[in-house]
Formats: sequence, C-alpha cells, structure tokens
Amino acid sequence: MAAEHPVATPAGDQTRIHNIGYRAYDGPRLGRSYATRSLYSQSLRGAYGLGRSVKSKVLPMLLFVVMCVPALIMVAVAVATKANDLPVDYTRYAIIMQSVICLYVASQAPQSVSRDLRFKTVPLYFSRPIETADYVRAKYAALASAMFILTAAPLLVLYVGALLAKLDFTDQTKGFAQGLVSVALLSLLFAGIGLVIAAVTPRRGFGIAAVIAVFTISYGAVTTLQAIADAQGSTSAIPWMGLFSPVTLIDGVQTAFLGATPSLPGGHGPSNGQGVVYVLVVLGLIAASYGLMMRRYKKVGL
Amino acid sequence: MYDPTVARLTYRALLGRRRALILGALPLLLIVISVIVRALVGADDQTASDLLGGLALATMVPIIGVIAGTGAIGPEIDDGSVVYLLSKPIKRPTIIFTKLIVAVAVTMVFSALPTLVAGLILNGNGQQIAVAYTVAALVSSIAYAALFLLLGTVSRHAVVFGLVYALVWEALFGSLVSGARTLSVQQWSLAVAHKVAGGDLVTSDVGIVTATVLLIAVTVLATWYAGQKLRTLTLAGEE
Repeated sequence: MAAEHPVATPAGDQTRIHNIGYRAYDGPRLGRSYATRSLYSQSLRGAYGLGRSVKSKVLPMLLFVVMCVPALIMVAVAVATKANDLPVDYTRYAIIMQSVICLYVASQAPQSVSRDLRFKTVPLYFSRPIETADYVRAKYAALASAMFILTAAPLLVLYVGALLAKLDFTDQTKGFAQGLVSVALLSLLFAGIGLVIAAVTPRRGFGIAAVIAVFTISYGAVTTLQAIADAQGSTSAIPWMGLFSPVTLIDGVQTAFLGATPSLPGGHGPSNGQGVVYVLVVLGLIAASYGLMMRRYKKVGL
Repeated sequence: MYDPTVARLTYRALLGRRRALILGALPLLLIVISVIVRALVGADDQTASDLLGGLALATMVPIIGVIAGTGAIGPEIDDGSVVYLLSKPIKRPTIIFTKLIVAVAVTMVFSALPTLVAGLILNGNGQQIAVAYTVAALVSSIAYAALFLLLGTVSRHAVVFGLVYALVWEALFGSLVSGARTLSVQQWSLAVAHKVAGGDLVTSDVGIVTATVLLIAVTVLATWYAGQKLRTLTLAGEE
C-alpha cells in the first residue's frame, strides 16, 4: 500500500495525498462551447417539455396548437372562398394572439431558470467549463428560439396556405419576410423581459404571475391611456405612450418600418422618426435584459 | 377554525422579503395612472368607470388574487415543506380556512383599497362609482382567493390555470360569448356592486340573486373541497 514515496514521485499530477488507483479520464475534452451548446439544446427542448414528463408537455404543446389553429382556419377559409388576400396580415397575427404568447413566455421563462435557482443547481453548472456569460446566453437563446418557433410556425402555415391558394407570390413573400423580422424582434424582447423577471425569484408560481402582470398590466394601462388621449384629441401624445408596453413597442416598430397597420386607437401609428426611437428602445431593452441577467448571475448561488 | 401561527407563517410567505414590494407595485401603478388620467381628462364619470372596470376589476384583482390565493399554499406543496405543517395536530380544513382568510385579506388590501383610492382620485366618488367598484373588488377578492386556493391544492400549475381563467375566460370569452359571462366572478361581483351603489354606469349581465348564490356557492364549495383535497394530499415527486 505504501507505493507512494514522496521522495521518489516526480513533480506534477503524482503529488496527491492518496492514490487509490482510479483511472483518470483521458478521452477527448469537449470544452466550453460544447457544454454551452448542450445547455442551449436541452433548454430549448425543455421549453416544449421534450425530455420531461408528460404533464409538463401539456401546456407548451397546447399553447402551440392554440397558436396555429386560427392560422389553419384562416388558410382554409382563404382557399375555400378563393379570396384575393389573407384575412389577417402576417405582422398582425402575433398582436392578435398576444395573450397566448404572453402565457407561453410566462410559463416557460420561470421553468427555464427558476428551478435552477431553487434547487441550487446553478453552482453545479458553473463548476463545469461554462461561465456566467455562456449560461445566460444559452438560456436566453433557447427561450428566444422557442418563442420564435411558437410565433413563426403560424406565419409559415399562413404563407404555405397563401401559396396553395395561388395568391400573389411576391406580395406574400414580402409580407412573410416582414412578419418573420417582427416576430424575431418580439421573441428576443419577450424572452429577455420574461427571463429577467424569472431570474429574480426562485419561486416558479410567483415568477409566472409577475411576468404576466408586467405584460398585461402594462398593455392594459397603455391602451387605456391611449384611448383616453384619443378621445381628448391629443393625438400627438399617443405614439409616445406606446413606448411603455412590450406589445405596443413591437406594434409601433412594425407599423413604422414593416408595413403593418397600427392597432392603436384611431390608427395613429408612429412616424418614421418616432419609429427610430421605438427600434432604439426595443434594442435597448434587449441589451438591458441581457446585462441585468449577467449581473444577476455574477453573484447568484455562489 | 383559525390558527394564528399558520396565519403568521402564511403572511410571511406571501409578503416576506421583497414580495410585498412587487405586490405593491401593481396598486401603485393603478394610482399613478388615475392621477395622469385625472390630470388629462378631469373628473369624468364614464372614464372613471372604464378605467376602474377595465384595469382594476378585470386585470388587477384577478392577478393579485392569483398571486395571493395560489401563493398561500402552492409553494409549500411544491417544495414539500407542507408535510411539516400537515403533521401538526391541526385539522386540515382549519389550515385551509386560515390560509383563505390570509389570502382574502392580502387580496383586499392590495386590490380593493387601491381601487377605492383610484376611484376617489378619478372623480371623487361621483355617482358612487368608487364605492361600487370597491364593493365589487372586495366581493370578488373573496371568491377569487377561495377559487385559486383550491387550484393551488389541486394542481402544480395552479398559477397558469388561474391566469388562463382570469385573463382568457373572463376577458376574452366573456367579451365574445355572452353565456360565458354568467360563469364569471367578475360579473357576479359587478351585480353586487350594482345593487349596492345603484346608478347606470356599473352594470352586470347577471341578476343579483343568481350572482349572490353563485358567489357564496363557489366560495364555500371551493374551500370545502380544498380542505378535502388537503386531507388526502399525496406529495408528488418533482415534475
């Protein structure tokens, strides 16, 4: 047993108190980027309940179906009636279905990060080669991708249906592309806000309610104020109010640059100049939520 | 039927640390909005009614109700610490009843009180609007708290289901299908408010008798069933 002679051992990995003869791992080390990619793909699968229990698949899948069914119905109507245009613009679809999107981000953002905090698995992640930035980026990218799948799938249904109904190809492709840009922005913005709120609380239920509250209350407050301002005739203030709620932000951006019709009361969309402010605010919010999450995970659980 | 220790623990779980601040942010927002609206519009009965009905009663009360109702018992069941509570010689229905009282109190303080303040700011209780909506908020606080407390004992996804009921069923289906309005806590409480305050601005699709009976039935049944549910509670593993 006394095979280890301190004098005889060369310097390096032999300097240990006990050598009980375990073999060291000498296979390939896949490294930091591989670990980050794995975290990304697992989080993305988890956002739809894949690889988790049946119970946790129900809600995301149900919301996904609810998102797509109206698009299918619209396509069926458009094909059957030989309409000249789809009943709803590509850019308008996400605004109409906003409550479903909000429910999805509210249920899946805490699912993605709160449980790591509550069961204190965050330090275990950081004991691997990945670093804070990798963890935050992987989680953010995963939720944003999941939301992009949720919001882009019905647009794809609409697009395919429009081509099957022999609508104008260039017109539909342009609308589809504009819609994709808008839902990509929406996914990034919503995922960022949802994750920041969820990362603050280790309680899943509280996180869900907080995310929903931020989205619906801000939307309700902004639209109420806009309706009142519209009734009062102070129309110049209406576009500026839209800056204070995520849904109206996206609506404003796509009205200014992506050819959407505004859903604001009275049809007062932002002008091009205001549109630039909208885009800046959206990008600022995305950057800010990334920064806030980085700050949170610098300290949390360690 | 009321256990002070359970109540104290529940209060701490609901309002401890920074949670009270987050809960307080919603009422604060409502009051800020009412100040802005009052400054923009002046005292106007219709505006006040729209704002209190649309923002306070339809959105804020259910959300606070979900947070308080499910938060009173959900997290404990979730992390399994409810076994320490259940192993004490306290009747399960007593636990539920105590938690219900706490949830109702929290919901009332954080939703009905700001509704009253916002109503006073908006039009100084003209045509009894502020009082009417406060009554509606008080009544619906009880029903929501009981309903969501039951959800908290039944399902691990109580918050989501509660929000789906409050925001999708009451707001979306309620505005599309008139039949859905008969089965809506919001409409029942509006019926009571209409009876209390009178006037034409606060109206409901449900009669006062139906509303009162349904409100009491839902509250009592939900509390009773939650007690039963807690008696046979099985702690599921994670997910």
